[in-house]
Amino acid sequence: MSILIDKNTRVMVQGLGRDGSFHAEQMKEYGTNIVAGVHPGKGGSSIHGFPVFNTAEDAARETDPECSVIFVPAPFAADAILAGANAGVKLVVAVTEGIPVLDMSKIVIELNELGTCLAGPNCPGLISPDKSKVGIMPGGIFKRGSVGVISRSGTLTYEVVNQLSLAGYGQSTAIGMGGDPVVGMKYNDYLELFEEDRETELVVIVGEIGGTDEQDAASFVKDRISKPVVGYVVGRSAPPGKRMGHAGAIISGADSTVEAKVAFLREKDIPVADTVEQIIDLVGDRLGGRN
Amino acid sequence: MKLEEFQAKKLFREYGIPVPDGIMVTTAEEARSAAEKIECPVVVKAQVQAGGRGKAGGVKLVKTPAEAYMAADSILGMDIKSFRVERLLVDPAVSIAGEYYVGITIDRRKKLPVMMASASGGVDIEKVAAETPEKIFFQEINPERGLRSFEAKQLAFQLFTDKRKALATASVMMKLWDCFHGIDASLVEINPLAKLEDGSIIALDAKIVLDDNAMFKHPVMEEMRLPTPSEQKELDARSHGLSYVQLDGDIGCMVNGAGLAMATMDVIKHLGGTPANFLDIGGSSSPEKVIHAMELLVSDSNVKAVFINVFGGITRCDDVASGLVAALREIQTDIPLVVRMTGTNEEEGIRILSDFGITALKDMTEGAREAIRLAGEGGCS
Repeated sequence: MSILIDKNTRVMVQGLGRDGSFHAEQMKEYGTNIVAGVHPGKGGSSIHGFPVFNTAEDAARETDPECSVIFVPAPFAADAILAGANAGVKLVVAVTEGIPVLDMSKIVIELNELGTCLAGPNCPGLISPDKSKVGIMPGGIFKRGSVGVISRSGTLTYEVVNQLSLAGYGQSTAIGMGGDPVVGMKYNDYLELFEEDRETELVVIVGEIGGTDEQDAASFVKDRISKPVVGYVVGRSAPPGKRMGHAGAIISGADSTVEAKVAFLREKDIPVADTVEQIIDLVGDRLGGRN
Repeated sequence: MKLEEFQAKKLFREYGIPVPDGIMVTTAEEARSAAEKIECPVVVKAQVQAGGRGKAGGVKLVKTPAEAYMAADSILGMDIKSFRVERLLVDPAVSIAGEYYVGITIDRRKKLPVMMASASGGVDIEKVAAETPEKIFFQEINPERGLRSFEAKQLAFQLFTDKRKALATASVMMKLWDCFHGIDASLVEINPLAKLEDGSIIALDAKIVLDDNAMFKHPVMEEMRLPTPSEQKELDARSHGLSYVQLDGDIGCMVNGAGLAMATMDVIKHLGGTPANFLDIGGSSSPEKVIHAMELLVSDSNVKAVFINVFGGITRCDDVASGLVAALREIQTDIPLVVRMTGTNEEEGIRILSDFGITALKDMTEGAREAIRLAGEGGCS
């Protein structure tokens, strides 16, 4: 098992420009079941062996996708997410970076009404190793196993996953939930799914400065999650008020510092690593031998 | 992007929010003539993108144009929370009968805009929120529908029992939402919203933070940008696709991805070093980008060693390596360099670097430790 995506998940790719086309090919090579692409004006053609449609609605009618991944440029991405959701997919993964926050706030209401889950925006996507990859992660570093990974970042997820894999701890599903102030699913939504997933034995949550998502996750873990959870939070050197690359990574108050987050996680009995190496130690302590 | 008070008040005025008829000036002489035009008394206010101006001596009430000159002369050039004062706002002084707070920001947890209002205005609202949270009233706003009249009244009557003042405040709240929505702000704030002795309601201060992601919708706002020298460096970096924040340490960092960049800075700190900057070279890695990134790092005279940490994903190690070699051919520098490279096309990247005489490491902690060692050596020589 894994969460949200597996080898049968039917995936549609929206936005087949340079990045979208490249990653569609990469996903397909990884084994993702891509059934359609969407790109206005390219309808009727095919690329990397799947058909391309002008609109999400056309693609959905012909190919019945369950999941859509968005590579559409920022000014049009919020609309593309809605197009995917209204076409009936149950999960939208928005890789696009730079979508206005207020636009996201507007569309999450509609996504809730439609019952569509959203990962991202500004995220690397998700991967269930050896089964399916929906996003832009380098597939080679992932290894199938029992650790769930939820992160707000992209390359830091790779760093963590790489070291987990090298130490013998494979992953059930790894998720980058996105670096923007308003994202679809958050730690709690994924934690709930990992709790239900039989393959997942432990969850690593990778956080950063800004907001209070990590605290929300810690309270949720304490109340609702029986599986062990290990935390890691970055951004100790970040000055207040500065945006550290991610639009969400701004120290905006006492609660959003690394120190506050780490203290809160520990208060809720979640062990927190200071470095990536320590994550491996903490995971090892809880899972025992290598898996 | 943060606006200064005079810019925010200009936008407020455009949206019909009552603000004093002040004048922005950049010299003491201009402050004097502004004071003559407005009629004294006036308030001379430092324009910086930081709070606590009053406490820092950046706000002065004066009774004559000559005093306005003196006040302006003393405030201009002042350093307030590391912002140098280059502009002043000369506002007419008013008789304040009460100070209130109204603001709108995005609540990340609810994923919605929320309006906050309090009768405890004129002070640090975060302090009010921490010490007496019951004194702040909240109204979630459905961004598609906007703030509705009854919602604004619900909030306004928490601040005023008097109908006339409550309705005037509700009207300001509606206009404040129009402003927030119209310019894609991440924060709009009136602190204080003042009740004057004649019973009128007016915004005596104004704070606006714009959403950088939404600037493409509002190109005219870009012209309002008033960068400080360090921000100018960050802006130049952004125009090259780099995300840069200068800090005060001695190890220059170049990393792909914001999260990994923060983790890299943390590990340097954890091992006893100090990062000189945050620098995310982003997803793609053209040689030009790497050249600009190297130029940025070596232009900081505090930098004694550079640590380049790349985890290839979309970013390919061979691209970064080629860019780095091109950069080092172009930029002559004695600053020692540590490269850590792993992920997509790492063998090719490591080979390109080793042909150029650079040994790339595969482990981040090892790289950080080496950079700290080299920075320390530089300090002793």
